[in-house]
Amino acid sequence: MRGRPFISWLLLLFGALYFFVPLLGTLEFSLRYLRGRYSLVAYQIVLTDPRFLATLGYSTVLALATIVVGVVLVVPTAYWIQLRLPRLRPVVEFITLLPLVIPAIVFVFGYLRLYNSSSFLPLTGSERSTDLLLTCSYVTLALPYMYRAVDTGLRAIDVGTLTEAAQSLGAAWSTILLRVILPNVRVAVLSGAFLTFAIVIGEFTMASLLNRPAFGPYLQNIGANRAYEPAALAIISFAITWASIGLIQVLGRGSPGQAAPR
Amino acid sequence: MAEATRLPIAPSPAAPSWLGQLSWAWVGVVPFFVFALMFLIVPTGLLMVGGFQDAQGHLTLRNLADLFQPTILSSYVISIKVSATSAIGGALIGFALAYAAIAGGLPAFVRPALMTFSGVASNFAGVPLAFAFLATLGRAGLVTALLVRWFGVDIYRGGFNLLSFWGLTLTYMYFQIPLMVLILAPAIDGLKREWREASANLGASGWEYWRYIVLPILWPPLLGATLLLFANAFGAVATAYALTGSSLNIVTIVLYAQIRGDVLHNQNLGYALALGMILITGLSNGAYIWLRGRSERWLR
Repeated sequence: MRGRPFISWLLLLFGALYFFVPLLGTLEFSLRYLRGRYSLVAYQIVLTDPRFLATLGYSTVLALATIVVGVVLVVPTAYWIQLRLPRLRPVVEFITLLPLVIPAIVFVFGYLRLYNSSSFLPLTGSERSTDLLLTCSYVTLALPYMYRAVDTGLRAIDVGTLTEAAQSLGAAWSTILLRVILPNVRVAVLSGAFLTFAIVIGEFTMASLLNRPAFGPYLQNIGANRAYEPAALAIISFAITWASIGLIQVLGRGSPGQAAPR
Repeated sequence: MAEATRLPIAPSPAAPSWLGQLSWAWVGVVPFFVFALMFLIVPTGLLMVGGFQDAQGHLTLRNLADLFQPTILSSYVISIKVSATSAIGGALIGFALAYAAIAGGLPAFVRPALMTFSGVASNFAGVPLAFAFLATLGRAGLVTALLVRWFGVDIYRGGFNLLSFWGLTLTYMYFQIPLMVLILAPAIDGLKREWREASANLGASGWEYWRYIVLPILWPPLLGATLLLFANAFGAVATAYALTGSSLNIVTIVLYAQIRGDVLHNQNLGYALALGMILITGLSNGAYIWLRGRSERWLR
């Protein structure tokens, strides 16, 4: 194979077509709103739709909440496992992989059974508590990615030495976590955060079944009722995905695990 | 990389108090385990138990037997068909692409570019992906129209329909192929240059190199990644729902309708439906984890 780059180029061309043709198709379709000429009318309609901003805003807030809860949950746990309880690592890793094994729709089915309004913890009882439940659902979805990212980041630094150094200088646990460990794994945490953002922003199943006005259900609703606006929305969603993943790539170029500037 | 410490320093400062420390060390992971119980283990466990109960809570195998009624069985079958086809197709194409970019003698910029595009494409799923394919291969889509204009071929008259098995499979492959590239790249990186050279020195042909060296080393990660892709497609809801509405009866769509409005008229049958899904994705992922363990021995 090494001697035959021609076949490699051919394969790559096929891959590029598979990747770009649907995007081009969508872009072209989104410009077709007016008969006979290309225009940005579909985008104009979408961007001025108050529901667009409302649902996108809602999902953004939820994504940020998910990232905060996820980081608060994952960083201390992964740190503690690495430092004190390495024997628990397989158990924790197994648990964090469960969301890849069990489909999201099954989790949300379970939540609706466990936390319905007549249960011992009626999280679906009010809108605010449902938001909390949805945030936790998203933390669940993001757990495999967040944990792996943070765990990899922690392995690249010497957690034991850093902790001892901080302790011998009299730092409390909160100081060690916030001012020593977190800055050292900030690249890993940020990659996990952007990936979480990309997953949460257009998520449909959980938001729809919990009846919350998120961006994913809005997209689905427009798709079922409009012709050209969905294509415009797909392009916008793609731009958001691209931005999130692109930022991870840019971050990855900075050396991971590097000590924070003072 | 971190500054290397000269000596491996034991993290626990005092050995005699080891036992006392251990009992306190558990406290640090309590939040994680509480979260895991509340949002991962108990909700899923409750569904699984519900699958074995009747409406009054008595133990029964009735629901599991009812899964084999034709409408439900056919939804499982079509889900498995779509997931398996998109996984195998995605695996083959993804492997070919990854191999071409990493070991195919291409310029160095190809690999990072492919990885970036794969990262984006594997995350471009759900509702927007369905829109993209409708705009491209739907009845009024760009490719559909261009095929008519350039070649006089109407794929819809030829029997193609985006809202069908092949349409959904083709759409799923948009995220399956790049996912395969991302999973398999490290394994292909692990193929050492020396192995290729050694085999050439011993007179092996290109085919023999593949048959006796590459495939024996790469089949566990290849098959494992295919299983992961299968589970990935099997649990997907949003793409299928936005693409076909409820016209294609895959099992996640049936479960979605069941959660929404108890279309099966039996809550516990719904739990059994979820239990069946967990079993299928669980087996698939279990096999993946086992195969990954096998492949890690070689690829270090």
